[in-house]
Amino acid sequence: MSVLVYVEQVDGKFKKSVFEAVSYAKAIADKQNSSLTAISIGNVNENELNELGKYGASKVLSVSNDQLKNFVNQAYAAVIAEAAKKENATVVVLSNSFSGKGLGPRIAVKLEAGLVDGAVELPNLDGGKFQVKKTAFSGKAFATVELTSAIKVIALNPNAFGVKENATAVAIETFNPEVKSTDFAAIVKEVVRATNKISLPDAELVVSAGRGLKGPENWGMIEELASLLGAATACSKPVSDANWRPHEEHVGQTGIAISPNLYIAIGISGAIQHLAGVSSSKTIVVINKDPEAPFFKVADYGIVGDAFEVVPKLIEALKAHKG
Amino acid sequence: MKILVCISNVPDTTTKITFTNDNTQFNTSGVQFIVNPYDEIALSKAIELCEGGKGTVTVINVGESATEPTIRKALAIGADDAVRIDAAPRDAYFTAYQIAEYAKSNDFDMILCGRESIDYNGSQVAAMVGEFLDIPSISIIKKLDYDGTTATVEREIEGGKEVISVSGKFIASCAEGTAEPKIPNMRGIMSARTKPLQVVAAKEIAQLSKVQQFETPPPRGTVKLVPAEETAKLIDLLHQEAKVI
Ligand SMILES: Cc1cc2nc3c(=O)[nH]c(=O)nc-3n(C[C@H](O)[C@H](O)[C@H](O)COP(=O)(O)OP(=O)(O)OC[C@H]3O[C@@H](n4cnc5c(N)ncnc54)[C@H](O)[C@@H]3O)c2cc1C
Ligand SMILES: Nc1ncnc2c1ncn2[C@@H]1O[C@H](COP(=O)(O)O)[C@@H](O)[C@H]1O
Repeated sequence: MSVLVYVEQVDGKFKKSVFEAVSYAKAIADKQNSSLTAISIGNVNENELNELGKYGASKVLSVSNDQLKNFVNQAYAAVIAEAAKKENATVVVLSNSFSGKGLGPRIAVKLEAGLVDGAVELPNLDGGKFQVKKTAFSGKAFATVELTSAIKVIALNPNAFGVKENATAVAIETFNPEVKSTDFAAIVKEVVRATNKISLPDAELVVSAGRGLKGPENWGMIEELASLLGAATACSKPVSDANWRPHEEHVGQTGIAISPNLYIAIGISGAIQHLAGVSSSKTIVVINKDPEAPFFKVADYGIVGDAFEVVPKLIEALKAHKG
Repeated sequence: MKILVCISNVPDTTTKITFTNDNTQFNTSGVQFIVNPYDEIALSKAIELCEGGKGTVTVINVGESATEPTIRKALAIGADDAVRIDAAPRDAYFTAYQIAEYAKSNDFDMILCGRESIDYNGSQVAAMVGEFLDIPSISIIKKLDYDGTTATVEREIEGGKEVISVSGKFIASCAEGTAEPKIPNMRGIMSARTKPLQVVAAKEIAQLSKVQQFETPPPRGTVKLVPAEETAKLIDLLHQEAKVI
């Protein structure tokens, strides 16, 4: 019996969300008195693979096969399912990332496993059951799901568990399962990734702005504030609809749901569809000139004022704070 | 060309979410149901691709008869016909299995879903259907071009995008950007009433998951207001009190 965690690499490196998934998987393995194996696909060097031991993986299956250089969910799912069988895994953990969302369901079907996506807590194993809490209704609620299958698959939400160190000696093993050529019908032509930007779904801090900013030319101060904080930028739906900002920044019920440690909402009214995607943020700050804006009702801190005066002051204060 | 579009019936986005029966069931009383907003995007894309007699669009829903107004709405937007698999969708695995079984016996070139249903937010159905049918599945796309045999799609990834080319059958789940949502016109609404809606019995499959309990997030305390003249104080509070910066 073991727990298997899929560690998604980007250009041969692991992101924080991967160490978080490993930490989470390790905690499940401890609860079940079993061991934790990680599976890495693509070219990752030994130093980087050894990092996984810091968070509790005692074994790493490393798959490096030129065919698997790019992420193709159909082929990756086959490899991970094979690894689960080889390791006798009863639980498979992965990050609920964009790739994870295309991968988890395929692994689950292959293993005839129940799947919980968007898990926010460790499974509750009381009474021999296996119950996991996840977000539902776009963050307006949580659902506790019981999995009754022999094997369980869990996709963990970013920032839900945190990274926990748990140093273990790691054994790295090469794993080369056979891959079917029919699993490569989808061909990756191009990968475009902005390396200088913090990606919104994983961000711990987010600065977001809405229609109160009046126009795209005013986003300079939002970007400056975000960059001083090391935060990602986000926006409300009308802002991306008007092409002031790209679609991938749109948060809310019909955009991305996020749960950063800090969400700063500037010139956003706080409509129910917007709140749906951000209300599970740990701390919420609202800056709005209208004291009646609904967003203040769900905020931890607020400033009633004009964004064009408050934000520059905030930038100054932050610069002073950082020294 | 034949395209199948999967639509789910979800509570309107303004719905205040509450539960009944000891928080084990979603309280549907007074709730308005709509076509899942992402499925509207998928449907609009399918209609676009078939315009000018290039193909037909079938919508499929796994649901009980109460979902028929939502199916009619999809027909009004412009689908040619509809199928309802007659069962309450108990989880994504069940739903995906029903869709896959239907697609096996009816030849489709392409299947489109929404990126996620706004009720259970699984983002599971599309990739599961892909696995049941052993065809490629591409999750969370924001662009789709099709030349009759090969599709070129853009998939969202953290901080960027991936361009993927796929020939032959595939399934994709659509996010914003894929298409402008179409709004039904008068003619669409009139013709929707008489378009074919076939009801098919569901097939049995093992149940692997079950929702035991719902809860709503705990309310936040009251907001701490910082006077606009003392903006710098906010930084101190975030640093010392909230400990987030
Ligand atoms: C089906 C559906 C789905 C939706 N999904 C989403 C979603 O996912 N995400 C989303 O965000 N919205 C969504 N919406 C839209 C949502 O209902 C709101 O319309 C939207 O969130 C409002 O955006 P906003 O707050 O930026 O703009 P507004 O509502 O126009 O608010 C602007 C705010 O800025 C303030 N303001 C103006 N000037 C200043 C200034 N100088 N300084 C400070 N404050 C100022 C105003 O007081 C106001 O509160 C959806 C709507 C529908 C119907
Ligand atoms: N009951 C259903 N009937 C038909 N299609 C569905 C159903 N539930 C979900 N889908 C499709 O699958 C997509 C993803 O749903 P989900 O996996 O539940 O987030 C939706 O956007 C729909 O396209």
